[in-house]
Amino acid sequence: MNTLLGSFALLVCFSALPAVAALGGNASSIDADQAQMKGSVELKQSTAFTVHQIKAPTGTTVREYVSPTGTVFAVAWNGPFLPDMRQLLGTYFDQYSAGAKADKASYVGRRPLNVQLPGLVVQMTGHVRDYHGRAYLPNQVPAGVKAEDLW
Amino acid sequence: MVKKQRTLRLLLGCISLGALAFLAGCGGSSSSSNHSTTPPPTGSNVQSIAVNGGPVPGQIYPNGAFTSVTLCAPGTSTCQTVDGILVDTGSSGLRVLASALTGTFPNITISGNNAYDCVNFIDGSYLWGPMVQADIEMAGEKASSASVQLIENPTFTIPSTCSNGGVNEDTQLALGANGILGVGQEPTDCFIDGVSPCLSSVSTSPPPVYYTCGTTGNCAASFVPVAQQLINPVVGFSTDNNGVTIELQSVSDAAATATGSMIFGIGTQSNNALGSATVFTVDPTDDDITTNFNSVSLAGSFIDSGSNGLFFQDAIPTCSGGGFYCPGSTLNLSAQNVGANNAQNTVNFSVDSAVETASGDAAFSNLAGPIATGACNTTTNPNACTFDWGLPFFYGRNVYVAIDGRTMPSGSPAGPWWAY
Repeated sequence: MNTLLGSFALLVCFSALPAVAALGGNASSIDADQAQMKGSVELKQSTAFTVHQIKAPTGTTVREYVSPTGTVFAVAWNGPFLPDMRQLLGTYFDQYSAGAKADKASYVGRRPLNVQLPGLVVQMTGHVRDYHGRAYLPNQVPAGVKAEDLW
Repeated sequence: MVKKQRTLRLLLGCISLGALAFLAGCGGSSSSSNHSTTPPPTGSNVQSIAVNGGPVPGQIYPNGAFTSVTLCAPGTSTCQTVDGILVDTGSSGLRVLASALTGTFPNITISGNNAYDCVNFIDGSYLWGPMVQADIEMAGEKASSASVQLIENPTFTIPSTCSNGGVNEDTQLALGANGILGVGQEPTDCFIDGVSPCLSSVSTSPPPVYYTCGTTGNCAASFVPVAQQLINPVVGFSTDNNGVTIELQSVSDAAATATGSMIFGIGTQSNNALGSATVFTVDPTDDDITTNFNSVSLAGSFIDSGSNGLFFQDAIPTCSGGGFYCPGSTLNLSAQNVGANNAQNTVNFSVDSAVETASGDAAFSNLAGPIATGACNTTTNPNACTFDWGLPFFYGRNVYVAIDGRTMPSGSPAGPWWAY
């Protein structure tokens, strides 16, 4: 896996395509995210998936993982502010929101977010002004890719 | 062991029924604690704190350090003291439930519209509410006309860039507290690396922190001058304003309560000298240190009194629900903290099954959990490289929090840093 990840080719993407939802959507949704975040996109390509990295002017970086069939099967973010989760999670936003409420209702206090649904995983760590998080679709992770490598 | 497994069932029963279950059937015996033999510090800069389960009747908030804060209408002696305020070194700024306050405070306005504050926590919760001016008093210290967030659900819809799918903790039951006192390393809640992204001179568009709203909503993210931003109250004090020390008595396994002090200032009085504490400077871009654990270098690590436990990635089995570790028997582990200044220290800690949180106790030295299932790789997966030193780290330690941009005692590096 490390060899695979180490073999990324770095490219830069300047295209602008119509807006489509992100997680679970197709690769063109990344351009919608780029437009929304007013960010710059960096493309990393491997045989198993492509990573589009968008850095917003506020310092928050979003990575979108695209399978060989063109589906965004994971997103990850880090930086001083949360990304727009509705934009990033697309049709999975409501599931995320319900899952976050259930996770918080399951204990008293404060710990890293850990939403684990059959078709959606969302996790977060860090602290205020240093957020780290990811969301992925366990059923759509390409064969041979470990979910733990999607950050 | 038999007793412990029985306790586990009690805990799971509590979790499945939610917080209210702590009202009934989840009481139990308290374990002993190590009581500190040194007398508590005294002085006009010493504020008592206690891990006491928090203010919600019938509910125990495990590993939360609580204190009280006095708020006065600016320049007056019309004051109210609010207890049950969570002490949080992982954020900056004072946020108090509007429902816990009886007095009125002047709103902060930007271009004639009321200013609102939003904070998102990494547990998926957020706090929304108007920013007001108040004199903040703790011990003998006072921050005059300081910005405070009143946590309050508005009559209009909270902007989606703030709520962001998260959980609105606008009640005492949801918050588990009457407020959160952020005494972290930043001078306001919109500062990082010595600058404020909430200034038009720094950012091209305002981040989702401050908003201006009309009476019917129509909110817009807004730039706010530093003087009106949500201030770290310590910075607003006229003295002892460069940081805090958190001192908590040691806890062995579990205890009904743990008491301690929050001492304002570092090296400003005889009771807050650094002494033999080791200073760990942080990466100023994210206020993180490095923790070496399991032969992996975790460069996004931090010390956070606002976290219930120690959170890190490991193969330890998790409890039902996945949020805490349940190893079955006590694990003795160690990790090494390394500052940006290369200061190093090995921390020994223990992890036990998160079962005692059903015992009626409030303080747990062994409570821990996973951050996620991601594998840290500093090149390809830097996002997973964190170790969250939550409240258990504070038991039996004096932890210094030095604020960015403040004057530090001679011989100490510039802030921000941690020391212990």
